[in-house]
Amino acid sequence: MAKASNAARPEPQRLNSVEELATLRQELLDSKDPNQAEIVVCYGTGCLASGARQVEAALKKALKAADMDVKVRPLIKTTGCRGFCSQGPLVVIQPEGIFYQKVSPQDAEDIVQALAQDAGPVQRLLYRDPKTGETIPHEKDIPFYKLQERLVLRRIGSIDPTDIYDTIAAGGYQALAKALTSMEPEQVVAEVEKSGLRGRGGAGFPTGRKWRGALKAIEKKGRPVYVVCNGDEGDPGAFMDCMVMEGDPHAVLEGMILGAYALGAEQGYLYVRAEYPVAIEHLSIAIEQARSLGLLGENILGSGFSFDVRINRGAGAFVCGESTALFTSIEGKAGEPRPKYVRSVEEGLWGRPTVLNNVETWANVPLIIENGGDWYAGIGVPHSTGTKVFSLVGKVNNVGLVEVPMGVPLGHIVEEIGGGVPGGKPFKAVQTGGPSGGCIPYELKDTPVDFDSLKAAGSMMGSGGMIVMDERDCVVDVARYFLRFLEEESCGKCIPCRLGLTRMREILDDFSRGKGSQKDLEDLESLAQAIKDGALCALGGSAPNPLLATLRYFRDEYLAHIEGHKCPAGVCKDLITYRIDPDKCTGCTSCARMCPQGAISGEKKKPHAIDESACIRCGICLETCEFGAVEVF
Amino acid sequence: MVEFEIDGQKVQAQEGWTVLETARKYGIHIPTLCYHEAVKPSGACRLCVVELREGDWSKVVISCMYPVAEGLKVFTDSERVKNVRRWILEMLLAECPASEEIRQLAAQYGVTSTRFAIHDPDQDCILCGLCVRVCAEVVGANAISTVGRGVHKQIGAPYLEPGSDCVACGSCVTVCPTGAMRRRLDAVRGKPKVELAR
Amino acid sequence: MSPQESKLIDIDEIIDSYPGRPEYLIFLLQDIQAAFNYISPEALALVCDHTGVPLSRAYSVATFYKSFSLEPRGEHEIKVCDGTACHLRRSELLVEHLERRLGVPAGGTTKDLRLTLDTISCPGCCASSPVVMLDEDYYPKFTTRQLDELLKDLEAD
Repeated sequence: MAKASNAARPEPQRLNSVEELATLRQELLDSKDPNQAEIVVCYGTGCLASGARQVEAALKKALKAADMDVKVRPLIKTTGCRGFCSQGPLVVIQPEGIFYQKVSPQDAEDIVQALAQDAGPVQRLLYRDPKTGETIPHEKDIPFYKLQERLVLRRIGSIDPTDIYDTIAAGGYQALAKALTSMEPEQVVAEVEKSGLRGRGGAGFPTGRKWRGALKAIEKKGRPVYVVCNGDEGDPGAFMDCMVMEGDPHAVLEGMILGAYALGAEQGYLYVRAEYPVAIEHLSIAIEQARSLGLLGENILGSGFSFDVRINRGAGAFVCGESTALFTSIEGKAGEPRPKYVRSVEEGLWGRPTVLNNVETWANVPLIIENGGDWYAGIGVPHSTGTKVFSLVGKVNNVGLVEVPMGVPLGHIVEEIGGGVPGGKPFKAVQTGGPSGGCIPYELKDTPVDFDSLKAAGSMMGSGGMIVMDERDCVVDVARYFLRFLEEESCGKCIPCRLGLTRMREILDDFSRGKGSQKDLEDLESLAQAIKDGALCALGGSAPNPLLATLRYFRDEYLAHIEGHKCPAGVCKDLITYRIDPDKCTGCTSCARMCPQGAISGEKKKPHAIDESACIRCGICLETCEFGAVEVF
Repeated sequence: MVEFEIDGQKVQAQEGWTVLETARKYGIHIPTLCYHEAVKPSGACRLCVVELREGDWSKVVISCMYPVAEGLKVFTDSERVKNVRRWILEMLLAECPASEEIRQLAAQYGVTSTRFAIHDPDQDCILCGLCVRVCAEVVGANAISTVGRGVHKQIGAPYLEPGSDCVACGSCVTVCPTGAMRRRLDAVRGKPKVELAR
Repeated sequence: MSPQESKLIDIDEIIDSYPGRPEYLIFLLQDIQAAFNYISPEALALVCDHTGVPLSRAYSVATFYKSFSLEPRGEHEIKVCDGTACHLRRSELLVEHLERRLGVPAGGTTKDLRLTLDTISCPGCCASSPVVMLDEDYYPKFTTRQLDELLKDLEAD
């Protein structure tokens, strides 16, 4: 196998029938000792960033040092993202499900000893409920997890994503087995239609209708038809798809294989964002392993159906998340979109009928086939069925990956699952849908999170980024941020996008400097409409959304900038001043030493002062001061 | 035969035609910059936008690529269309102040000044890509391409140096809607193979 | 892989590992970028020969995607995340600080080719915002003071 996985495994042997898959699964389950302890280390990007690698190394060392009977020696396993990123690095002890948080390498010894001596969990590493102050030893009882419904994420955090046997033991490829033995391709399409699944990539187009459209196109044009997975998740602040590809790559593959079976496709493509090297590695391993077991490639499980997949790494262009640009990029060209007057189910990749779905959409397909479309349609709300994974980030206590049924109120996600804003104040707004989306203010916190309600509120579901803003976040700055992002990512093909985004951003630049008028606001709205109507693709066409949504709910804040020359949130540099509170300043001199402008002066142990004319508002003094003496006005 | 309406006028088109082709056949004027009969349309300049309406439903599309369909109701001069065109032209006035062609076209649509700052007073290229397409599709020389992306995009030969792939046919100069290629030819064309007698 | 090691890699080996068709242009450019830290004019010409893509088109592709560089990039790469969560935690100030310290704009490389400064939009660890990456390592909840220390360590290295 491509990589040494956590457990020792037999040499892969090709499975020639669905029965052989069932036998293998039974053997895997039988060979597993249910009492065997497992130390599970989360290897999601969040935990890696906070030191999971070092924790794992320390655990391995401690385990080696501990004098334990080989039989009771626990296994160490690394998994994909468990979701509760703000508490990372996370370690979970199975089979009990003891949840350790903020684990450091120094804790490894105690964790191993607690296991060796059967002494109960290490108390200081347990999660403490901020509301009750009580410790909660088990993962399943922690509100962050208890309030979720993890279906797409069901295996992530418990399986080793680099080990296909682990996935198979956990139920992987059961949907494929079911489809191959008891369903005609047409029934697979019908089941997806029945489920009501809508595309998780942003626009929410009904997946079943897309597949049906492809079948019609095939009737007219014949095959080949291609299935493609859009893994070019690019919204800054959204990482759901990354964690699905890293944590359960076989779920995505199985979805694609089912799609290929339904449509009669022989070739699939996975287009994965360049910035996700681990996702690419895990998918590559998964593809290799699936091929060697006969779950992918020629004559899958002896059924006569053949399908294979190739990975295309993105090369650093956000616009390639747009369907036609993605196809162009797979074809080896610069990723410029083309008009979609002919739909891609008729004329997509290489001009052929193509079904393009996003990572999370594909990962939902095995669930639907295994449990039935009716079951799936019963989750969520009527026009937005199933669950949705969100990356909940920004000014919120519980940063991480959450999965909830569609239709749950926004406030529930932010305040109950997310634990609210640090400091306990209400949130100001939640940005959804990334650079193409909008924001929902606190007053609308009861808005159900589903495709249609979010749209009606002037935002959109998007791919699932949910960025919580508090009173220290400026809406003009956020609108400017997204415009600048898209300006940098525009392909430059069409004029409304290439010139329009820059021109809108320039007007906002002026606003952030306190310059502007009512007429500018009106011009901005009119220009925004021209760009929405005139831009070639969805990148440009939706680029004005963050601006329009913030204008809709926070017009006063815009007026405060241009008429009052103030940035109420204290963000826009030209409208703020830094001052040192002489009562709080201890004269420690650290700010003066750090100031790149030499703008801070004062004697040792005496209050310092900032020379406003020399200050460039870089914020270093604010960050440096340990006494909270630097203030922003 | 496909029958539909443009600005209330009944028109007939062949299957596979675009709205723009049909409009031109009937002498209905729709402005374009990046369109040329010699090459495939690309939909870059967006000046040829028209509005489609059906009851309450309405959508703005580009006529140079939108395929005709039975019963379409096309409007070439609606408020939404005018808004897109006006802003494109106003932005182009600031972007390509050196192009007389752009100034004239904008004036035809009532746009004579721009609210935007001019960053480069010598600029005259709108990056429509017609020159690149004619060089690839018609001449087959592939001497030039777009370079870079988005706001950094420009037109040029590889490494922005005169290259030997240019056959000096002048097609790019001919199709250029703003006169920009006239000035750029020496930046694209390598040394002429034969010294011309003066 | 360091650039020193990569010099030993045979470019022909990279090129021959893909079929000579235009669809493999991006694959080839990616492998060459990874091996040599940039795409030289010679390498681009070889890729064109192999895939049958005209030079102008290959040049267009190489300048379109952000992960390709036509000039050598630094030995090390320092990246500040500019995703939305990091932006709200003022990652911008970290970028500006580095620009001042290194004397190059984001996207630029220091003259001695030691360090390239860049921004990245969300590698997916928003709980640690603002995040800085040095090559493949993450530095969570970073401050300008920590940045200075990191740069000092790098210089001493």
